[in-house]
Amino acid sequence: MKKKNIPLSILKYFFLIVLSFLSIFPFFWMIVSATNNAREVNVGKLTFGPHLAENLGNLFHSDLSFGISLGNSAMIAAVTTVLALLLSSVAGYGFEIFHSKARDRVFNILLLSMMMPFCALMIPLYRMFSMAGRAGLRGIGLNTMFSVIAPYICTAFLIFFFRQNTKSFPKDILEAARMDGLNEPGVFIHMYMPVMRPTYAAGAIITFMTSWNNYLWPLVALQEPQKRTVPLILSAMGSSYTPNYGMIMAGIVIATLPTGFLFFVMQKQFVAGIIGSVK
Amino acid sequence: MSFQTGKGINMHFGGLANYRRLFHDQTVGKALGNTFIYLIIQVPIMLVLALIISVLLNDKSLKGRTFFRVAIFMPCITSLVSYSLIMKSIFSNDGLFNQMLVHLGLSPIMWTTDAFWAKVLIILSITWRWTGYNMIFYLSGMQNIEPSIYEAAEIDGANFMQKLNYMTIPLLKPIILFTTITSTIGTLQLFDEVQNITQGGPANGTITISQYIYNLCFKYTPNFGYASAVAFIVVVLIMLLSMVQMKLGGKENQ
Repeated sequence: MKKKNIPLSILKYFFLIVLSFLSIFPFFWMIVSATNNAREVNVGKLTFGPHLAENLGNLFHSDLSFGISLGNSAMIAAVTTVLALLLSSVAGYGFEIFHSKARDRVFNILLLSMMMPFCALMIPLYRMFSMAGRAGLRGIGLNTMFSVIAPYICTAFLIFFFRQNTKSFPKDILEAARMDGLNEPGVFIHMYMPVMRPTYAAGAIITFMTSWNNYLWPLVALQEPQKRTVPLILSAMGSSYTPNYGMIMAGIVIATLPTGFLFFVMQKQFVAGIIGSVK
Repeated sequence: MSFQTGKGINMHFGGLANYRRLFHDQTVGKALGNTFIYLIIQVPIMLVLALIISVLLNDKSLKGRTFFRVAIFMPCITSLVSYSLIMKSIFSNDGLFNQMLVHLGLSPIMWTTDAFWAKVLIILSITWRWTGYNMIFYLSGMQNIEPSIYEAAEIDGANFMQKLNYMTIPLLKPIILFTTITSTIGTLQLFDEVQNITQGGPANGTITISQYIYNLCFKYTPNFGYASAVAFIVVVLIMLLSMVQMKLGGKENQ
């Protein structure tokens, strides 16, 4: 059959091995560095050291309260994920199932909003929440969980994602369910949600990850130390004049664990969530 | 809001004052320049690299495909802040990478204090984080291409490059367009990496527009009106670039 070009295929493997090494090496570095002290990290020590416990101790007892930030991040990511999935799936379902004249126009405006850069949205958002706070609505002003979560519970991306996936949903069973006397919310809960479970899983992963890793908006909205999230704490530690990299790497390992876990356990849904937008 | 002027919460209508200031503001020029350097150099390198990797990985006879795919995709699980700090520690002035250079008898590179190398570092970092991400899009696109058309081309005597040029790339065009637009939007909004690796320094040598907007609002005396005017440029730029790319990419599809 085909001639094998041996030098070319060696080159091919070499290229891929080098790239894989480059991709994985920073992970190795992060884990190794988490077991070394600051000085050893600075001089580029590449072997495991005995300082893991010490680094973790520093991390949790530093005045930047890493422990509290873990709780904050987990809470924010969990609430965002649940609310965003509920709202966006209802919206995506509605866009696909119900027909109306304005539907496509509204949807196009929605897609256009995906192109809106966050740095442009940030200023009006900040002003809105600070006005709400000053107006005496203390629960929804800046420095509240509400202010971090609210801009992310209804995103154009997720609505689009649900709408795309609803296209392959067997619509006949909706008619059948309606005939059997199920009302609209009932149809959604009992027919749509169970069938769309894979879509929910993929959407949950992508939303959780975005929220867990989000940096700019929490940085703007959360200015009280006790309210800060993990990326804010890590960033603050990293920008100090002499960063203690051993401690920071231990923090990064902890911050990467949830997303790493999701990736290795649910790889299929993980990838589905990422490519969901070009189907 | 971009027409208002004032400090903090005391704002009043200022006409075009903000936009007049925009044209004389050197930092805006610098931030725009940096952002375009990142855009013009980083996005093509990353997308071409991602495309090459996906073409290689799409070959069914390749051994260890899953391993390579997972390994190259791995950077995507790190948060932007985390990987920025990892890169910062590897490339710090007396860090791992410079130690290696010294061992090889080369002189160390001042990654964070030299404006040129700081930009290189930012570009390297972004490429590390996002190549695997774009690769996943290409791979999933390639899986949708019918293998039979390749077989037909092989019978007609098409070589590897011909297949790539005349079949894979045209068929992947919508996805290439999509990744180009998302990468462009992403680069124009670049913030986390620059903030955490160099903080815009040295002397605004790596500053981006997003970061300048952030600084105007929250680092210096807050001037939301002027910051909005700067933000408005980004919106216009994204719209323009996306439109140009759609025109260029969509011409033959229509």
